[in-house]
Amino acid sequence: MISVSKTALEFKNIRKRFSHTEADAVSDVSITVNEGDFITILGTSGSGKTTLLKMVNRIYESTSGDIYFYGENIKKLKVEDYRRKIGYVIQQIGLFPHMTVADNIATVPKILRWSKERINARVEELLELVGLPGESYRKRYPSQLSGGQQQRIGLARAMAADPQVMLMDEPFGAIDAITRQNLQDELIRIQKKLNKTILFVTHDIHEAFKLGNKVIIMDQGKVQQYDTPFNILFHPANEFVAQLVASENIINRLKILKAETAVQPLTRTPDDTDIYIGKDEFLDSVLSKFFESGMKTIIVTDADSKPVGEIAWDQFNQLLRSKDSGSPTGSQNRISEKVGIHAAIHS
Amino acid sequence: MIDRILEYLSENQDVYLNAVLTHIGISVAVVTIGILIAVPLGVLCAKFLKLSQPVQGLFNILRLIPSLAILIVMMPVIGTGLAPAIFALTLLAFPAILINTSIGFTGISPSVIEAARGMGMSPRRILFTVEFPLAFPMIITGIRTAAVEVIASAALAAYIGAGGLGELIIIGLQVPSTAILLVGGVSVAILSIAADVILAITQKRLTRHLWLN
Repeated sequence: MISVSKTALEFKNIRKRFSHTEADAVSDVSITVNEGDFITILGTSGSGKTTLLKMVNRIYESTSGDIYFYGENIKKLKVEDYRRKIGYVIQQIGLFPHMTVADNIATVPKILRWSKERINARVEELLELVGLPGESYRKRYPSQLSGGQQQRIGLARAMAADPQVMLMDEPFGAIDAITRQNLQDELIRIQKKLNKTILFVTHDIHEAFKLGNKVIIMDQGKVQQYDTPFNILFHPANEFVAQLVASENIINRLKILKAETAVQPLTRTPDDTDIYIGKDEFLDSVLSKFFESGMKTIIVTDADSKPVGEIAWDQFNQLLRSKDSGSPTGSQNRISEKVGIHAAIHS
Repeated sequence: MIDRILEYLSENQDVYLNAVLTHIGISVAVVTIGILIAVPLGVLCAKFLKLSQPVQGLFNILRLIPSLAILIVMMPVIGTGLAPAIFALTLLAFPAILINTSIGFTGISPSVIEAARGMGMSPRRILFTVEFPLAFPMIITGIRTAAVEVIASAALAAYIGAGGLGELIIIGLQVPSTAILLVGGVSVAILSIAADVILAITQKRLTRHLWLN
């Protein structure tokens, strides 16, 4: 069954040149983001990733080109009304220091004139969702929270009016490694639960591949590749992407690819003796299940624990060994073609 | 000495009370006008940094001119009495309020403003619910400085016939009577300190989030 997903955002030839600069910060970006997609935007500083993100909620206005939000040109929408439909989370968090946690979260609902009861209920619900029970956190001020807790509140505040699209600009960039992992896991959980469309900027390749079901790789203002983590790893679109992922050894690849990327159709009916793993688990967990159980196949299940396919050891092994043609179908990827061309020219 | 002070106060209750009330009246009027003009100007200076230097420079120069000189120079222009006194003292109140307002606004973390914009708050809403509350501690510090300066300098207003506690000081010097001089001088000092304490308490009450840890 093929479900047709709606287009949440469409970029058409988007370009941004800041005044007094020589080059475009973002040049000629045309991409489509489907509803429910978790898109990560990966690039170094100066790659244009943040500029691209901030044009979506018009913190920056594009120099040329158009962005469509559910089919509507965002330039034609009243900017404040439009922004209230989009959650915005930034690295510096930007909580209001003079307001309690509850008042911070209630910012947009208050603008929208929700009733007091509705706002209170929503605040409690969101605090629960981000793992900070209202009882002990509602009345605190931001300065009484740790960095990780502050960003949880930042996330709750951004989701207060239930926006379909969320923009996140390196939200976990200033948070310690352990807390960051927890926050990443919770964001994945929240996204799955609420099916939000998320655009998430990061300079951390592991974060980009772990979180995104699709990754935009940016360099020098241009989209270098917009694809699934699997395709980016195994079929880099150009030299830049190839070099970016070349540093990813087998262990790292296992940590950023999900079980679903290696899944094959079931060859038999699974039973109690089989070993199961969720399709959203990463391949390093699959590997350890192989070693722990000594089984030749691991059964992959969906969110409802229903078996949807299997991973066989031989295929798994082959997938990881093959650096150039690692896809299950064994197709040639473009980088090897390019290397071939280079070799031909230089010989 | 204390006997003579008490004797003067009991015999001239009406004069004394009148002087105190006039003094407070002038000071409150001056600080209020100062806030109404200098706070918006300070906000403008913070929003348009190009404006900031000339405006702040101008008011700093005005502050350097002694209040008494302004009072006397202004006499031929707007005459004597209450109006010129309030005018001259207002110039004195401006710089502290203006500069502190400006610092209060420029000191707000840009990320807080960006988050507010990103959530769809209008500039007006950001100004009143985010920027003013956050700049408030600085603004009220400026108001405190201005109030203390104004109350002290308002004593000079008596020289151009505006009344107030300055009159007691002048009389004390003319008679001469140390008792009357002290009644005037100490009262001015007490008013200054009282204003500072009241504003300090207000400041603390309205900025609870700063005193948590």
